[in-house]
Amino acid sequence: MANIFQSIRDFFSRIFSSSPSPNGLNNEATTAPLSQTQIEDIDKQSLKSQPPQLIAGSGRHVGRQRDNNEDALFSHTATIAVDSNDVPFGLYIVADGMGGHRNGEIASENAVRAMSSYVLGKLVEPLFGPNPGHPEESLQEIMHDGVIHAHQVIMENAPGGGSTLTAALVMGNQMTVAHVGDSRAYAVYFDGRMQVLTRDHSLVKRLEELGQITSDEAAVHPQKSMLYRALGQGEPSEPDVFNASLPQPGYLLICSDGLWGLVSDDAMFDIITAAPSPHKACQQLVDAANAAGGQDNIAVTLVRMSN
Amino acid sequence: MGVDETKSTALQLKPGDLLSGRYEVQEVVGVGGMGYVYRARDTNFKAIRLVAVKEMIAQVTDPLVRNNIAQIFEREANILATLRHPAIPRIYDYFTQGERSYLVMELVNGRDLDQLISETKEFFTEAQVMGWAIELCDVLSYIHSYEPEPIVFRDMKPSNVMINNQGHIILVDFGIAKVFQSGKKNTMIGTQGYSPPDQYRGEATPKVDIYALGATMHHLLTLRDPRLEAPFSFGERPIREINPEISEATIAVIDRALQYDPDDRFADAEEMKQALMAAAQKTGKLDITTVLTSSVVTSTKGLKPLWTFEVEDEIRGTPLIHDGKVYIGSYDNNLYALNAATGEFDWKYATEGGIPGRPAFYDNNIFVGSEDNRLYAISTRSGKMSWSHFTDGPVRSSPRIAEGHVFIGSDDGFLHAVNLTNGRLSWRAEAGTPVRSTPYVTDEFVYFGAEDGLFHCVSFRGDVKWTHKAKRAITSSPVVGGDAVYFGSMDGTIYAMDANTGWAIWRFRLGKGSISSPCLVDDYLYTGSTDNYIYCIDTRSSREVWRYETDHQVTSSPVIYKDAIYCGSVDGNLYCLEAKKGGLRWKFPTQGAVTGTPVIYDDVVYFGSTDKNVYALLA
Repeated sequence: MANIFQSIRDFFSRIFSSSPSPNGLNNEATTAPLSQTQIEDIDKQSLKSQPPQLIAGSGRHVGRQRDNNEDALFSHTATIAVDSNDVPFGLYIVADGMGGHRNGEIASENAVRAMSSYVLGKLVEPLFGPNPGHPEESLQEIMHDGVIHAHQVIMENAPGGGSTLTAALVMGNQMTVAHVGDSRAYAVYFDGRMQVLTRDHSLVKRLEELGQITSDEAAVHPQKSMLYRALGQGEPSEPDVFNASLPQPGYLLICSDGLWGLVSDDAMFDIITAAPSPHKACQQLVDAANAAGGQDNIAVTLVRMSN
Repeated sequence: MGVDETKSTALQLKPGDLLSGRYEVQEVVGVGGMGYVYRARDTNFKAIRLVAVKEMIAQVTDPLVRNNIAQIFEREANILATLRHPAIPRIYDYFTQGERSYLVMELVNGRDLDQLISETKEFFTEAQVMGWAIELCDVLSYIHSYEPEPIVFRDMKPSNVMINNQGHIILVDFGIAKVFQSGKKNTMIGTQGYSPPDQYRGEATPKVDIYALGATMHHLLTLRDPRLEAPFSFGERPIREINPEISEATIAVIDRALQYDPDDRFADAEEMKQALMAAAQKTGKLDITTVLTSSVVTSTKGLKPLWTFEVEDEIRGTPLIHDGKVYIGSYDNNLYALNAATGEFDWKYATEGGIPGRPAFYDNNIFVGSEDNRLYAISTRSGKMSWSHFTDGPVRSSPRIAEGHVFIGSDDGFLHAVNLTNGRLSWRAEAGTPVRSTPYVTDEFVYFGAEDGLFHCVSFRGDVKWTHKAKRAITSSPVVGGDAVYFGSMDGTIYAMDANTGWAIWRFRLGKGSISSPCLVDDYLYTGSTDNYIYCIDTRSSREVWRYETDHQVTSSPVIYKDAIYCGSVDGNLYCLEAKKGGLRWKFPTQGAVTGTPVIYDDVVYFGSTDKNVYALLA
């Protein structure tokens, strides 16, 4: 563990002792604390970092028309820089609950807690334990089993409730995604591509895939949030589990339909690429969803690799 | 036909004849209206380039007819030379020698629809015929909108449509296609049964091709040859009465194309294509992607090897094709160098043990391992040994060349890194058990499996970066793509590991163990297993896309070429499967097991069999 703390110290010491920036902002930075602008400026410059590390931001908001927030999220980022291996590691989850009374909130909270504790539980020993190694199961098996576990927990704790779950486990340059429902994971590339990695498990999306309705019709369809797969609903839902490369340079974006249903891909792309940092971008994405009406709860998390 | 057909059997060219000092005739592949069509090799290229040479013999005494033939030839050459479409053969050259004119063009490997009709025992599926028709509409649209004047094909019929080995249509025999000159009456050219009434009036508008396409589809769906029926009598042979499986929507399209009055037909080929697509969607059972990639299974009797070469014992290894030569090892202890075009023997080098692997080439040397414990470097020029490197066990792995070294495993329990120029050992990485898997070398690491089931990732100095334990031997050779390394094991699992960290990304269960080396193309992994199947796995989701069952173990490794997978089986066949769907295109039988990996180069597949033969087939 000492190594980790050392590396964190190294990281901060490097940031604070970084050479003056061309615009001179850092010239006065002899006394702490730095202003937010200064930190952002440094963050943007520190594109090349050693060890490579993940930078994540999150946003969550009740929206403008609901009383309770049924969206839940989880974000965990770790950097391990030791002799044998530098493995940037992170787990990011968005869950969007549904169901009467408080069941939606309970379902999404349980989804996020059950998934994160299951996956981290499997990885803590091989990653952070005294004898690092590799778990018995593959990453896809762990993510798959985590979703099944979350399903069972919701069935017990929130009968009648249900939840979407979109989770990404980033390990090095690649990520393992598990997905049920209509929250989405996107790969956002600086060259302008904004690629939806997940497939919405919604009836309307299915109709669109089958060519029965157009994407314009889908966007305004009255049943557009009706899901044919969700956690906590009857039989365990087989999650979609797949691997993809972490977009580099670019971002991984995970969000609920409270964001992607209200803000166009183009608008999201513009906000993400213009923002000074992932967490700023997330706040602006939430603002954009609220500006568009805020009909639903909003949850978003945004991740990029440092170099 | 409006042109005299000339019999020319006496004057057929023989294999080996050289045309224009450049094209070496191999065999007759067809008979055209005015001469033969030959497959020939363009000797201007060192690599094998096969071409089709179409011959037109002005073997008539009447100077008017002779002139007519020569004109038709020039016209075909000139029109074809300017066309660029995947469904039209490319023209490379044309020339005249005495009374014979020759057109040199792209060789289409496949069969024409007339042959397929005569061989089929049952109806073609609606999806199949729709797929061909949609592609034919595309190529008709292309020639009909040709500038400055539309080209009317004028002789659309099954024998002028070839289906290549990728399952796509190719329009052949432009001999009578004529630049359409509106207002002028043209002489009647076409084929009775397929040609519309207006063509008999001497009108050659694009609408005659639409009618003939309708007639061709009718023939394909009913298997009733219109040449044997009264002209324009399709209305008397309703498709449904002969083949009740066909949908009304499709029949309506064909009926419209076959209208007696050209004005009642589709306005153009594009409109007909749209109608076909709409019909395909309406019937629901036709998945458009299937329609567009549908293919034909070529019967094995149609496949003749270009050449075979017999050695003295089994061939279990894989050939290497380099600079017009095939290099392949045999259990008769020899490494053979053969002429890739002809299969002629060039030289052989005798080792003192069987050669199970695949040779590699670098800088005038061929590198190969032998069960006599040695890695050899053999000069491609002389066939003599440049150096050899001794290990302490049989060498069953294949050499991999990178960073000035030959990397190769040995049954002595080490991976050897051998200096390319002098054969001296630079370092070796210890596995403790035989290393039969062929290493994969990236710009950072070397990956290889061992017989105790341990998979190794080592640096260029031989330091261990990570290892992973499978339950049984890893004989399969790894492949790296993106961030992952993939390999199979005798424990019946395909592993996808993060190439950098050694974390398992996914595991895929096969029915039984595998020693086949996976082949990675885009997001798909192809591999064989001793459960007799060839698998296609989506590397993102680790799900099976398709699998194809052979009659015995698949220890050969699949390779992809264009849109097909080629793989051998212990059942003795070499299989050619559609890469996307796993459908059989063709299989070629040998008298032994095919355990090595086929190699495809310039549309020719090379492989060995335990029946002691090396085969060269058209892909």
